[in-house]
This record gives sequence, structure tokens and C-alpha cells, in this order.
Amino acid sequence: MDTLLAIEGLSKRYGAIKAVDGIDFSVGRGEMLGFLGPNGAGKSTTMRMIAGYLPPDRGKVSVCGFDVLRQPLEVKRRLGYLPEGAPTYGEMTPSAIMSFVADVRRFSGADKRRRMGAMIERLHLETVLHQPIETLSKGFKRRVGLALALLHEPDVLILDEPTDGLDPNQKHEVRTLLAELATDRVIIISTHILEEVEALCSRAIIIAKGRIVADARPSELLARSTYHNAVGLRLSAAQAALAQAALAQLDGVARIEEQQEQDSAELIAFPKPGTEILDSVRTAVRQGGIAVDEIYVDRGRLDEVFRELTAA
Amino acid sequence: MHATLTIARRELAAYFGAPLAYVFIVIFLALSGGLTFYVGVWLERGRADLQAFFDWHPWLYLILVPAVGMRLWAEERKSGTIEFLMTLPVTTLNAVLGKFLAAWLFVGIALALTFPMWLTVDFLGRPDHGVILASYLGSWLMAGGMLAISAAVSALTRNQVVAFVLAAAVCFLFLMSGLELVQALFRGWAPDSLIATIASLSLLSAFDAISQGVIDLRALILFGSLIVVSLFVNTALVELKKGG
Repeated sequence: MDTLLAIEGLSKRYGAIKAVDGIDFSVGRGEMLGFLGPNGAGKSTTMRMIAGYLPPDRGKVSVCGFDVLRQPLEVKRRLGYLPEGAPTYGEMTPSAIMSFVADVRRFSGADKRRRMGAMIERLHLETVLHQPIETLSKGFKRRVGLALALLHEPDVLILDEPTDGLDPNQKHEVRTLLAELATDRVIIISTHILEEVEALCSRAIIIAKGRIVADARPSELLARSTYHNAVGLRLSAAQAALAQAALAQLDGVARIEEQQEQDSAELIAFPKPGTEILDSVRTAVRQGGIAVDEIYVDRGRLDEVFRELTAA
Repeated sequence: MHATLTIARRELAAYFGAPLAYVFIVIFLALSGGLTFYVGVWLERGRADLQAFFDWHPWLYLILVPAVGMRLWAEERKSGTIEFLMTLPVTTLNAVLGKFLAAWLFVGIALALTFPMWLTVDFLGRPDHGVILASYLGSWLMAGGMLAISAAVSALTRNQVVAFVLAAAVCFLFLMSGLELVQALFRGWAPDSLIATIASLSLLSAFDAISQGVIDLRALILFGSLIVVSLFVNTALVELKKGG
């Protein structure tokens, strides 16, 4: 896998505050990296340094082999960046600003028309092409920002909260687009939506207070959750006590949580570390003659892992 | 160069896409005409020159040029578009030059639209066209100097009103530095050489020299170096302020 983005010892402080404090990672072609962290953790600062907007205090960023401090133009030619909030010139129309970016990037004639046409079609901008951007909805503004970042089909794409402010349909479309694009480039997205990382990213980095606290596949992060491989049972309230007694007998079960709703209940059996308890739970339920409406295995909960890692 | 011109084109289109451009041009034409005819009593003077017209330019520019320059960087920073612009494959210098050129060209367009004054004086008498051409050139250069100052000041703040007031104040000092008002501030404690230097920075004296029809080298150097130094400061300020 060829490495398109390499970051070493990246640091930035604002006055006394260490916004980013020694971040290292590298990303290869085909990877989609989810960048997670609480507000103020240093996500945007890191992305700004990668995009060449902010100079780092220490450390190195290299994009496609070019150093962002020494060869900023080479980096910017190969990188697409959507800043937080997708700022663009409000008085311009999507058509005019795309044309401006195409000119700056030295596309002309048929090539320029093809690129603009492709972006207009993929991001569904046809209906708003000639309206000032400041009059558009948040969703359209975001999509115009995406079109500008994607116009030159960059090898490295840095998107700061690309789906913020979009409705569920638009979110779905942008995710589909990103998944298509991800195959032959590097994409880094920052987001607060944890399901987005689970659904989309091949890798997740969680940062807190300017440092990386986790760098793993989403499935590996899920495995750190106490809910990972927990078995849940949904059943009538009358059966709950019976089931709880049966499950408590099992070897692999560490503890049981019960949530009561009106006339039904949910039991969650947490396994001891490294054990699979689905089969034994099934057997216990069958042998005890307990009527169960639903039985499921939890994959783990990313929000719980996120809180665990970043709340300290 | 390509990037600079592309940015300049966009900026110029942005001027004409907003009401500011038309307000500016109308006010500039109305004020310069009105002041010339009514306060400068141009026709009554019975002289075939545009002295009464050009005499007002420094004072018109003092208000109008900072109004053109104030948005250049303050607005970019306030709306966050600076982050979009500076992550395109352009250098800070490209952006500084492109924005300045667009604004300077815009002021030039407004200035060029005063051509009926020239036609009028030509119709009424036999003016020295060389002097008038030199005055137009001097006027545009002076506007360029004040515009470069305004652009640099605009990079200091994200508030356009602050940018306007500060730029007007700095331009005022440069205009007046040959006059007693400013000189008195320095007399008594500063060495004579410094006072002389400050006096020689006066835009008003330099413009007076040119509008007499003398293409004064010192005046050209003053306007030119004011533009270059201000744009250099502008570039440094944009770099410095990117973080905050």
C-alpha cells in the first residue's frame, strides 16, 4: 500500500494551550480515516496543518512525498480540503466559484467543463447553479464546498465535518459518494457522528487534548466496548425473573443488566472477557422453557468507547 | 502570475457584484464634480486646466479609498473564506497582489469615468494635455499608495469598520506629514533629519508636484515604495494572522 500522507510529531500551541501535541500517523491509498474527538481536541487544527493553512510549531506533514512547509504548492495541488463550516464567497454563484477554482487549478476548455459537469451531477447542484451561495440552504452550501474540494480529483481529501447540517437523505448521498471515491485515494473525515465512522471508515483515530488516544479499525474499537459480544434478550416482564435466574447460572456471564419497560423487559448478559456466550444463553433459554421475543448479540457501542477514551 | 490574475479577476467581479461598487462610483463622480464646480469655482476661474478638480482628490481618497480597501482581508477573515482561499494552490503573495490589483483597477475605473471633465476643459479652452495626463497618473498612483495602506490595515482585523477608521487615520498621517499639524508632533524632540524624512513622505506634496505637470522622480519613488512596502507588510500580516 503506498503511503500518501505521513505525519510525524505534529504540534501546535496557541499561547499556553497545546492544541496539538505530538501526533503521528500515516495513511495509505484506499484508506478512509475517521477523525474523532471531543470539541477542542485538536481535530480542526490538525486538519488545517495538513492542508497547509496553519504552519505547525513542530513536526512534519508530507502529502504524496511533498513537505507541506517546504513545497506548499505541490501539496495543495494534490490535496482537496473542506474547511469546517464550508466557507465560500457568499455573493458568488456555485457556477462562478467552481469556475474560479478550476481557473486557479489551471483547468480550461473541455477539461474544465467535464470536471464541473461531473461535480454538478454528482452533488446535484443543477437547480442552484446560478443562485448566490449565501441564499442557499445549509445542505447546498456544504455540497458546493465538497464540489470545490473534489474538482481536481485529489489524491488526498481532508474533510472537516462534511455531513454536518445535511438531512438524512443528503448524508446518505454524501456517504455513498465518499465510499465510491475512497477506493483509490486517501480520505480523512472528522465527524461527531459515530455511526458514520462505523459505516464508512476503514480506520478511526480518536484524539483528546491534542494527542492520539486510539488508532484502530472501527471493529477493533467496538471490541473494547463492554457491550461487545453481550447478549441481549427481549421478553415479557413475567418471564424476566425466570430468565435472569437461568442466565446467572452460566459460567461465561459476568453480570446481567435488566431494563424494565411497561410489560416487556430487556436483559443484557455481559460475557467474561474473551468468552462467547451466545450458545450457552440459547441453550439455557431453551432448557428453562423461557419464551423469548428476540435474542441478539451486541457488536459493541462506539459512543461508550469514545467516552471512555476521551473523558479522562 | 496566473494565480494572481485569476484572483484579481474574481475580486474585481466581486466589487461589481455588490452595491458598494456603484455607490462608490456614483459618490466619487458626484463629489469630485460638485466640489470642482461649486467649491473650487472652476468655471469662474476662467483657466483651462483641471487644477480645481485634482486638488480635491487627496481628500476624496482619504474617505473613499479606505472604504474600498477595508473589506479586502477583514471580510475574508470574518467569513472564514481565507481558509478556503489560502488552501488553494496559491501563495500569500499571489493573493495579496491579486486583491490589490483588483481594488486598484476598480479605483482606476472610477477615476477614468471622470473623463467628461477633461472633455469639458478641452471644449472650453486649450488645456495642457500633458499636465492633465500626468495629474491623472499621479492621482491614480496616490490612490494606489493609500489603497495599499488600507489593504495592509485590513489584514490586522476582522472588523471592517475598525479597518476603515484605522486606514483613514494612517492615510491622513501620510497625506499631512509635510504640514505643520504633523510636524509639530515631532519638533522639539526628534532630530532634524527625521523631521525632514517624515516631511518627504508627504503624499500631498508629492501629488502637488505631479499635478503641476512635473513628473517628479521623488514623487514616483514615494508612491511606488509606499505600495511595495505596504503590500510587503500586508503579506507578513496575513501570514502572521492566519492562526487567530
